[in-house]
Amino acid sequence: METAIIVSILLYLFSTGAYIAYFFLQRKRLQQAGFILLLGGFVFHTAALGLDFARQGHFPATNMRETLSFAGWAIAGVFILLSVRYNLKILGLYAAPFIALIMVIVSQLPDEPAKTTQLFKSVWLVAHVTAIFMGEAAFALACGVGILYLVQENSIKTKKLRFFFKRLPSLDLLDSTGYGCIVVGFTLLTIGLITGLVYAKSVWGRFWSWDPKEVWSGISWLFYAALLHERLTVGWRGRRSAIMAIVGFAVLLFTFLGVNLFMEGHHRDFTK
Amino acid sequence: MRDIILIGINHKTAPVEVRECIAFDKDESAAALETLRRTPFILEALLYSTCNRVELLVVTDDKARAVEAAKQFISGRNNIPMARFENSLYVHENDHAVRHLFRVAASLDSMIVGEPQILGQIKEAYRSAAEAKTAGVILNRLMHRAFFIAKRIRTETGIGDHAVSVSYAAVELGRKIFGSLEGKRVLLIGAGEMAELAVEHLIRHQVGATYVANRTFENGLTLARRFNGTAIRFEEIEEHLKQADIIISSTGAPGFVVTRDQVKPVIRARRNRPIFFIDIAVPRDIDPEINRLDHSYVYDIDDLKGVIEENIEDRQKEAVKGERIIDEAIIRFREWLDGLDVVPTIVALRKKLEAMAEVEIRRTAQGQGMSAEAAEALQRMMGAFINKVLHEPTVFLKKDAMLGDKSAQIDTVRKLFKLDEP
Repeated sequence: METAIIVSILLYLFSTGAYIAYFFLQRKRLQQAGFILLLGGFVFHTAALGLDFARQGHFPATNMRETLSFAGWAIAGVFILLSVRYNLKILGLYAAPFIALIMVIVSQLPDEPAKTTQLFKSVWLVAHVTAIFMGEAAFALACGVGILYLVQENSIKTKKLRFFFKRLPSLDLLDSTGYGCIVVGFTLLTIGLITGLVYAKSVWGRFWSWDPKEVWSGISWLFYAALLHERLTVGWRGRRSAIMAIVGFAVLLFTFLGVNLFMEGHHRDFTK
Repeated sequence: MRDIILIGINHKTAPVEVRECIAFDKDESAAALETLRRTPFILEALLYSTCNRVELLVVTDDKARAVEAAKQFISGRNNIPMARFENSLYVHENDHAVRHLFRVAASLDSMIVGEPQILGQIKEAYRSAAEAKTAGVILNRLMHRAFFIAKRIRTETGIGDHAVSVSYAAVELGRKIFGSLEGKRVLLIGAGEMAELAVEHLIRHQVGATYVANRTFENGLTLARRFNGTAIRFEEIEEHLKQADIIISSTGAPGFVVTRDQVKPVIRARRNRPIFFIDIAVPRDIDPEINRLDHSYVYDIDDLKGVIEENIEDRQKEAVKGERIIDEAIIRFREWLDGLDVVPTIVALRKKLEAMAEVEIRRTAQGQGMSAEAAEALQRMMGAFINKVLHEPTVFLKKDAMLGDKSAQIDTVRKLFKLDEP
């Protein structure tokens, strides 16, 4: 394993530690340290992916190890962008360990060089994979925000205004951040599916071939579409929206991992 | 020898009947300072009087007489028999006085730990003392340290965190639900001091429209005018639940004024925007079952009081950290004060000059390639020179008949030669 990846994993782990310490001790410095460490991890991670890309000459998402690593990178990137947009410092408590966990798993997976076929050398594939993964990262964060929302709502409802109440932000901020994540995630997922369809057409000659991954992606898309629709029409927000974000991410995780592990299909070529 | 003496009474030592007899208003304080300024053995003085305490801080060169005079002073002013308050009086000297002042300024000695007003009151008292010219070098330094320490304790510990009054607790909860309270609509049902105070706090957080519902419409109108709001009829409450975000209820009604069945359909009409009920009434106005509906939150007076008690406990825990900061500050102040004496000042002055001479001699000796003997001669010459230079200032500082404020002159010397900085 190359140095850049090891450094980035260490930085993500340190960032996790800083965020956990911040949560307990509530010192602003710790949160800043956590964010900077994560930023550092992201820089090294980007460098590692860039090197892979240059060395292999194609997009580094050919096996489970590479895809997971790319997923972790996407979450870090989306988290950093979101931190600029929303002032939700505590989200790092969820994002940093999540990324660190993914990267630790990555470090344990074998790095088998995949047979490079013509399949991997398409701009549509790059667009497809990037959009899908960024979208999934946004949904992962929406899930985290949803969990924080439920915890905070529970402490207000049950009138236990101690540990979590004091540390977590307002329900309104959590709800709007979650909504923001879902809008971003949905947009990217849509782009990812469209480019995927175009790519499928160019490679296999048809847009849709009832591949399990295609089917489950479609289900995820419909799920989030329903969630957004309900929010815009009848005002599904708060608690229900948070639960849906968590369930939605579970469906997505199954699409991402479960389908790869348990079902056949042409996506297997990418994730052996 | 100068001593810092603090003499006073507070809410822990005296009941309010005694405290109100002794309290000074602004004009009385000014007159008191004037009297103290003319008392020969009182070098510096400062007086603060709040509803929970009256304390007199003096710097004196005659401790026993100063304490006696201060007591007389307090009792003589309103002809209060000394026996009535003498037992409540505490006298702190030097480090203890400094600690007491720091604790008061940092609000560690307050009835409600961490309440922010006290620091402002002490700053005001210091301003008066400065105007009356009763604050000299020692009190100036002491008070500035006290303000600095108070600020540091407030930022570094959680003594000022989280609400300790019902109306603040309501605002804090509101902010955890709504994020910003800006533009949120408030509905006040009934009237009452605590409820009105809560509405005022909310208005300070820029809430939007305010509605007032009262059984007697005219009373509602009067209240509404005070809040710049709109009065509505009692029957209109249900309709207004669709818009109002924060409902504060405080009526004398025997049963629930707002029931679950009224609120349930409203949630949908509100498109699930949260609704927050604050029930200050006893017996309760708001059906507690409403808390179980989605996106609606009900806090009654007991809930709020529970929150406050927890917050007070938390503040007391944080106060322990504050005490540690004060311990350190006392040592630092003591060091400064000790330096403010003749002998340490002369010693420091000599050390400073010798250090400078040392550097210059070494530089010259090396630059000129001097022999060891020549360098030694140079050193002797420098030593004699320093003795000569220091002779007059030493005589001046040691002279008992030194005019004016001794501390101030020593302070000037120390500043002139930057003796307090490394």
